[in-house]
Amino acid sequence: MMAFPPELLAMQLVTGLALGAVYVLLAIGLSLIFGMLTVVNFAHGAFFMVGAYMGVFLYGLTGNFLVSLVVVPLAVGGIGLVVERFLVRPLYGRGIDYPLLLTFGLSYVFIEVVRILFGLNGLPFSPPEMLQGAVDIGIGYFPLYRLFLIAATAVVVLALWLFIERTAFGLVIRAGARDPEIVRVLGIDVSKIWLVVFGIGTGIAGLSGVLAAPLQGVAPEMGVPILAEAFVVTVVGGMGSLVGAVIAGLLVGVVVAMTSLFAPEMAKVSIFALMALVLLVRPRGLMGRAGLMG
Amino acid sequence: MIQKAMPTSRRTILKTLGGAAAVAAAGPSLFNVARAQAAPIKIGFPVPLTGPFGTEANDQVKAAQIAVKQFNDAGGFEGRMAELLVRDDRLNPGEAATRTLELIEKDKVNFLVGSLSAAVQLSINNVAKERGVIFNSISQSDAINEAKDWSKYTFHEALNPHITAGAVGRYAFSKFGKKVAFLTADYAYGHEMVRGFKRAGEGMGIEVLADVRHPIGASDYSAFLPRIQALKPDVLVLCNFGRDQVVSIKQATEFGLKRTTKLVAPVLLFTARKAGGDSFEGVVGGSSYYWRLEDKVASAKAFNDAFRAANGGAVPSDYGALGYAGVRSVLAAVAAARSTDTDRVIEAMRALKYDWYKGPQYYRGCDHQSVQSVLILESKHKDMKNADDVFSIAAVEEPDEAKLRTCAEMGHKA
Repeated sequence: MMAFPPELLAMQLVTGLALGAVYVLLAIGLSLIFGMLTVVNFAHGAFFMVGAYMGVFLYGLTGNFLVSLVVVPLAVGGIGLVVERFLVRPLYGRGIDYPLLLTFGLSYVFIEVVRILFGLNGLPFSPPEMLQGAVDIGIGYFPLYRLFLIAATAVVVLALWLFIERTAFGLVIRAGARDPEIVRVLGIDVSKIWLVVFGIGTGIAGLSGVLAAPLQGVAPEMGVPILAEAFVVTVVGGMGSLVGAVIAGLLVGVVVAMTSLFAPEMAKVSIFALMALVLLVRPRGLMGRAGLMG
Repeated sequence: MIQKAMPTSRRTILKTLGGAAAVAAAGPSLFNVARAQAAPIKIGFPVPLTGPFGTEANDQVKAAQIAVKQFNDAGGFEGRMAELLVRDDRLNPGEAATRTLELIEKDKVNFLVGSLSAAVQLSINNVAKERGVIFNSISQSDAINEAKDWSKYTFHEALNPHITAGAVGRYAFSKFGKKVAFLTADYAYGHEMVRGFKRAGEGMGIEVLADVRHPIGASDYSAFLPRIQALKPDVLVLCNFGRDQVVSIKQATEFGLKRTTKLVAPVLLFTARKAGGDSFEGVVGGSSYYWRLEDKVASAKAFNDAFRAANGGAVPSDYGALGYAGVRSVLAAVAAARSTDTDRVIEAMRALKYDWYKGPQYYRGCDHQSVQSVLILESKHKDMKNADDVFSIAAVEEPDEAKLRTCAEMGHKA
């Protein structure tokens, strides 16, 4: 075994944080929807993929990455609204597996539609000119775009936190998650809140798709592996906990990065090992609340 | 006569499913009573039409249909027309075995050509050798020609990891340097490729700095890259395939690895290169075929022209061309043997010296591996003739049996 110099370890840490950024974004959306609606959204990876394709498509039209970053979350969130209103809503009160199966099927529909529209082979996509290339961050060269990704994630998380913790609507959302019955008694239309939350969750999935597109290009199946990883993150963080999703996302990113260094073959298994470990010690995840699955 | 006519019409229904070429071949036998008695020569063609390699598989079908059409246009064999029965193996060994068995039992195919994965071809080969049907595999594998999997019915039209990696290694290590790192997909294909490179490098004194294995189908490679970057290898060999290759090359480029290191892939796929875009620039790799070979090789020009005419000007991909060669070899052997009897066709195939699309080839006697040239390609994104002109041919390693593992090494008696 060779020795690993500290610069390399630091580099690996930064790499892990950038990796974690994508996990954080995906897990937030997943966790938000689960926490408020107790819907396990298996189409989350498909929303992510649709967002990525939309981003690439829009970028091709406008040549402006910023347009993709703004328009795509709105458009994908719009699809989310339609899905919640007409497909998910009729299933409330029927047990957790109904919406699970629905969204599972929906993900196949999305993948197939994209295959029909854009072909089986993925499309190439590179970061916009301004964010291309690697920069020296003192410990070695690191892709500029990945630094941008960490920053963008921080902005999204902060905005979401302010929205939920500091606005009146956020207050209603939190109340609705804690006790929908009382909120309804107080004369608030809970179904409208759920609609908006589903829209926000899927919108963030779309946004993470756009942000991830320059990392790997786009392909119809790109959401499949990442969905499994996002679920692990939500479970580690505690289903329904936003803070948990952020901590767990970064943690998983760093764990993957470190195992990739010391035992590359184990990189994929490591996150599941981490999940098992966390569940053994804290069955509800790091920041999970009781009773949600009940 | 009526008894004869019945199965013909039932078969026609199957043919409609089978594809356009099959229908075309059925035409004469329906309208010409005399010909209806001459049963078609059926070639079963299991390939993964759906799934991640759908693009390549569809290209294989298109190219195979050209071989069938050329055979039929030339009058077939004693009035018997060839017919391609395309089946979707869904890139799944179990599915492939079922489809193959159906092709043999229900459709009574004379020969099998096809497959686009190392695991799937072994499964087709198993069924074929059990039933005594010739199978000409058109996908890369080292194992299929080894004595434990091989049978006299097994032919291998494609290159294998040993030959491909060997040729690319000999080229890259002599040209770009001896300090080598590997980033390898952790499954049989990746391991076979690494073994090929290391063997080629042994005599050249290469130094392996790292052999990093990544899980197959990883969506991000960034975590593997800093370490490789820190080692500053002359050559980074990416022994992975398909989307793994596209994404890992893209991310290695973004980490700035190309500043110090030459990126090398055992196999550069035409289709993957087109999906991968500009990040492939400068990447060197091997291939069985690239359409620009037509500038030098007459048979390549003829094949490309036939393919372009049938497919609206599109050029064939590497795996597509193998579909053509795989089917054409079998049909040429039928013509040479003047028979469709399996043993006589085997003899004829073993005796073939052919040049279908890339220059001279022949099957090695002990294991039926097609001895052929390997192209060393370099990706470019400047000076392109058109959107399909994505590689330049850096070198061609001519066909040479000495570059294969020896018959004894494969477990065959020489």
